[in-house]
Amino acid sequence: MFNRLIRANGRHRTIEGWPLVFTILTAGAILVGTVVEFAPIFLVGGATPALAGVHPPTPLELVGRDLYIAEGCNNCHSQMVRPFRQEEIRYGPYSRAGETVYETPHLWGSKRTGPDLARVGGKYPDLWHVRHMENPRSTSPASIMPKYAHMLRKPLRLDDLPGKMRGLRALGLPYTDAEIENAVALAQAQADSMAAGVVEQGGPDRLADKQIIAITAYLQSLRADWADVQTAADSPRLGAEAEEVAHATD
Amino acid sequence: MADAPTAPLIHHADAPDRAAASGASRFEVFSYDDRIVRLFVVATIIWSFVGMLVGLLLAIQLPFPAFNLGEYLSFGRLRPLHTNAVIFAFAGNAIFAAIYYSTQRLCKARMFSDAMSKFHFWGWQGIIVAAAITLPLGITTSKEYAELEWPIDIAIAVVWVVFAVNFFGTLWKRREKHMYVALWFYIATIVTVAVLHIGNSLALPISLTKSYPIYKGVQDALVQWWYGHNAVAFFLTTPFLGLMYYFLPKAAERPVFSYRLSIVHFWSLVFIYIWAGPHHLNYTAVPEWAATLGMVFSVMLWMPSWGGMINGLFTLRGAWHKLRDSVVLKMFVVGITFYGMATFEGPMLSIKTVNALSHYTDWNIAHVHSGALGWNGFMTFGMIYWLVPKLWRQPLWSQKMATWHFWIGTVGILLYVLAMYASGVTQGLMWRAFDAAGRLVYPDFTETVVQVLPMYWVRMVGGCMYLAGVVLMMVNVWKTVRSAPKQLPDPAVAVPRAHAAPATA
Repeated sequence: MFNRLIRANGRHRTIEGWPLVFTILTAGAILVGTVVEFAPIFLVGGATPALAGVHPPTPLELVGRDLYIAEGCNNCHSQMVRPFRQEEIRYGPYSRAGETVYETPHLWGSKRTGPDLARVGGKYPDLWHVRHMENPRSTSPASIMPKYAHMLRKPLRLDDLPGKMRGLRALGLPYTDAEIENAVALAQAQADSMAAGVVEQGGPDRLADKQIIAITAYLQSLRADWADVQTAADSPRLGAEAEEVAHATD
Repeated sequence: MADAPTAPLIHHADAPDRAAASGASRFEVFSYDDRIVRLFVVATIIWSFVGMLVGLLLAIQLPFPAFNLGEYLSFGRLRPLHTNAVIFAFAGNAIFAAIYYSTQRLCKARMFSDAMSKFHFWGWQGIIVAAAITLPLGITTSKEYAELEWPIDIAIAVVWVVFAVNFFGTLWKRREKHMYVALWFYIATIVTVAVLHIGNSLALPISLTKSYPIYKGVQDALVQWWYGHNAVAFFLTTPFLGLMYYFLPKAAERPVFSYRLSIVHFWSLVFIYIWAGPHHLNYTAVPEWAATLGMVFSVMLWMPSWGGMINGLFTLRGAWHKLRDSVVLKMFVVGITFYGMATFEGPMLSIKTVNALSHYTDWNIAHVHSGALGWNGFMTFGMIYWLVPKLWRQPLWSQKMATWHFWIGTVGILLYVLAMYASGVTQGLMWRAFDAAGRLVYPDFTETVVQVLPMYWVRMVGGCMYLAGVVLMMVNVWKTVRSAPKQLPDPAVAVPRAHAAPATA
């Protein structure tokens, strides 16, 4: 039967004379896997609940996130801690689906030329990020990261925030009318308070309207706010979950 | 060119004696559009230099951060420019050259529309230039190999549809009843790339330069790697297999090894490849079943991939001695061998236990470069060295220089991948190293960076050699073209009208 199909002058030979049929069969072949893999994800996809404490980025963090995208940070930094003991110790609790529900686009990355950033929030003070972006070698002597000194000079652009947030709301991010209307003021307030903090920590003045404040706000937001979980790092004796994780690395 | 043994699958498009054809109404006379192929060949050569030069700059930036030349030329912004230039500009123009040359001959028909061919060529170059401008400006979607923003995405879709109409129109008016295997692979390429590009690029525009994908979180990741993996499959694999099936038998003057194998491996490759995407997301927040399914299909993919390699290499049975004198065949053999290595490595890397070590490391960089430089690069160079003398009707300026290109390129790519294997495995092992007390041996990430810097220097040297080979090719082709005849009329072909079978379906 199979031989009848593939032998010289077999049935396949007939199809080779019918480009339209051939094209339809090819399209069918690629659609099977596509449908099988996507149907469940999209049917139940909307049902993946956000973990408690997970919220869309604040207006300033959103600006920072878009700067992170524009600079291509995701080309060298992942944001996806895998469920391995060594990653939980190095970075923090492993990443859950329920904490990525507001990520469009996702920024999980595929390469760690630098460390994972999914849990970098709160790890360093704001001033550290300012210094580090200005010259990575000033905080991490062996770092090979490019300098982002221009972010300390370039002005923050906030005027397009309401438009961006309206678009994101249409895509399912739960921004309220008030948040969207006051987006610029909200961003400015967060930037002012962070910039004041940087000055307090002994850093440079007049950064409130600079890109560096937004990218810092975004990086500081990358944390497991939702997490009430024990990590391998916290626990002297591995919990059941961490044990499972340890097995995965064997 | 000596006559090859006749085989059902090899079409000899050589024009019959024109004198015999002229005036005889039993013959149909038409010409092939070779001008468009020349344009695509020239574009391929220029963009290969540009794309790899950017790659070399990136390779220098890693060990020497001072080479991040300001905001617009820093690693994060240039990396997508490098990948887009090599995939869509270099490999893209190469497959268009292959498709426009071989489809006309395999169909015994001129392309459906010269205007569409021109629109395709200039539209595609315009898209590349737009990418080269927007990416350094930081205008990017961040989605890997799909970084271009929505206006450019729409342009890509339009140009691709015109290309598709032009291609299928040519199939429609073909004078050969049966489609040769190369055409099957071109069909799979054109259909699937359209589906992938549109499916992955759906986004909500916010302004002319900014959009957000309609997918979020897990969905966005799965759609992205369905696209990302199958861009490798249907932009860098299937069209190059089509290229192999046409140009390798031509250059070797041998029929393809096995017709049955070509059927079996074509359909299994096309069916299985599309499932493999989620192996890019092993151990991430995507559902476990999806990642496992991706892994299982990736392992299965090994066999249809090697079906292609075997059909290619075995086509040279009884003709291996020709490698000694033919730089074209040398290039093809190294290209197909790298294809075999990369398609063994890919399934292996998709296995979770291996992936746990290799993911996020330079091992992936080695893997993609053995694909892009080893397989796509060498297949393209082989095709160019075979095509240029035919398209410009002038023997290649220097065979010796072409042979130098072959050797310097081969040593270069080997240095590149070996350095990155060493670097990748080193990173993977250092990140997971525990001491006896259960603490990380290298808690400071930069320790693992410093450790691999020597490998980055070796990679830089390897990349430099590969690029030097490309420069030799540029000089060689330039010298050949300069001494070519001024007038290059399209080759005319005559076929007996009796042969002109009406296209069915």
